[in-house]
Amino acid sequence: MTFIFNLINGISLGSVYAIIALGYTMVYGIAKMLNFAHGDVIMIGAYVSYCATTYMGLNPLLSVVIAMVVCTALGIIIEGLAYKPLRKAPALAVLITAIGVSYFLQNSALLIWGSAPKNFSSIVSFDSISLAGGKLIITSESIVTVIACIVIMIALTLFIKKSKMGKAMRAVSEDKGAAELMGINVNLTISVTFAIGSALAAVAGVLLCSAYPILIPTTGSMPGIKAFTAAVFGGIGSIPGAMLGGILLGIIEIFGRAYISSELADAIVFAVLIVVLLVKPTGLLGKKINEKV
Amino acid sequence: MLKVNDINVYYGKIHALKGISLDVKQGEIVALIGANGAGKSTTLKTISGMLRTKTGSISFLDEDISHTEAHKLVAKGLAHVPEGRRCFLQMTVMENLEMGAYTDPSNVKAGIEDVFERFPRLKHRKNQIAGTLSGGEQQMLAMGRALMSRPKLMMLDEPSMGLAPILVEQIFSIIKEMNEMGTTVLLVEQNAGMALEIADRAYVLESGRLVLSGTGKELLGSDEIKKAYLGG
Repeated sequence: MTFIFNLINGISLGSVYAIIALGYTMVYGIAKMLNFAHGDVIMIGAYVSYCATTYMGLNPLLSVVIAMVVCTALGIIIEGLAYKPLRKAPALAVLITAIGVSYFLQNSALLIWGSAPKNFSSIVSFDSISLAGGKLIITSESIVTVIACIVIMIALTLFIKKSKMGKAMRAVSEDKGAAELMGINVNLTISVTFAIGSALAAVAGVLLCSAYPILIPTTGSMPGIKAFTAAVFGGIGSIPGAMLGGILLGIIEIFGRAYISSELADAIVFAVLIVVLLVKPTGLLGKKINEKV
Repeated sequence: MLKVNDINVYYGKIHALKGISLDVKQGEIVALIGANGAGKSTTLKTISGMLRTKTGSISFLDEDISHTEAHKLVAKGLAHVPEGRRCFLQMTVMENLEMGAYTDPSNVKAGIEDVFERFPRLKHRKNQIAGTLSGGEQQMLAMGRALMSRPKLMMLDEPSMGLAPILVEQIFSIIKEMNEMGTTVLLVEQNAGMALEIADRAYVLESGRLVLSGTGKELLGSDEIKKAYLGG
């Protein structure tokens, strides 16, 4: 029973990683940059939801919507102000800028909300499910997280495959110049990508803090790094890869914590990443293009 | 139809185009020939908005497009088939063609029918990933993709590059057909002989400057051209 309990917890934590990893992987796929500020957008999303419920007394679900709106706007602003002027700059300059944005967000949060941890109350209001005569408890947060993850995955896949903007994203991710010659507004496409990634980050922030309710300005950084790991693990640029990588990472982390050592859990996670990259440098589902020239 | 007036383009400090002026009239095939690095591709890229000129102006259908963003030109009727084809290699042939009609998806179906009629080989491979096509097929796909936007002027950058002679001939006869169907063509080529044969007029570029211009026939007969570009 403990095994199943751990497995479910792992899948649930992994689902949060997966949702965050989607943001990393989409932005990487389309703008070819690593947005290391992505983890901090999660934290902002959680704070916005916290304020909406605690100070304004709003319905938790409404608070998620507000957090998504705020983070979407934030994502677009960050991209427009910090990254867009660097579109032709070397990748390293963009990377350093992203780290700068990350610190900027963390310190802004520190200034606005202070360093004292906020106690985030779960947005899920129904009870946990008790199975096998109380031996196996599935928390309501786990259920909501996993369902949210599945819904997001399906919606995003359909969006990328079928919608006009989704097709534009795929074209831009392959060849910006050629996409432009097709009449695709590349800058707009990149903005939309950031908007989607940031809205997902808000959802992830709320789900993460519902399960692990301590909210501080650095809440987003570790999950952000792990989700980045998950994206690389699954094959950066690949949406199913981000999903698979996220969930596997969550399971490995929880199992490591339960069966090996809780102190070493994070080390195990990153060790697995190293092994995967040694064996398959493109990640589990990384694209290998069969090109015939 | 297209008027390029005294454009100067720089790559950083390198002065790549030095006061180029040329024009293309409705219904023509105009060739731009010259050696490697003469500025042929740069000229096309500047016309299609991928690069900017410091001086002068570019007008298309009597509208100044010197400052128009590249992605807005397709809807105006200007298509650019870039050097190296640049097909979307991870998408299928069908998806590539659909991308070509991005700005006007209203008649994708009819457009695809037309393209398949002109390039029957693409029809057989319509569900194949573009990355698995041969070089010639990719060139056909890039041209088909550009045709999907029903352009008034099509600019082709080195369509013969890396292709077997028989394919080159096929591609050139398709260009001629396209032109007869009403598409004006601006063609950049290193294969000067082939280009001059089908071109109504041609310009010769040398290190960023226009050095000669004339009808295709005139240039084919010119001694200078023979020496420099046609191997004696």
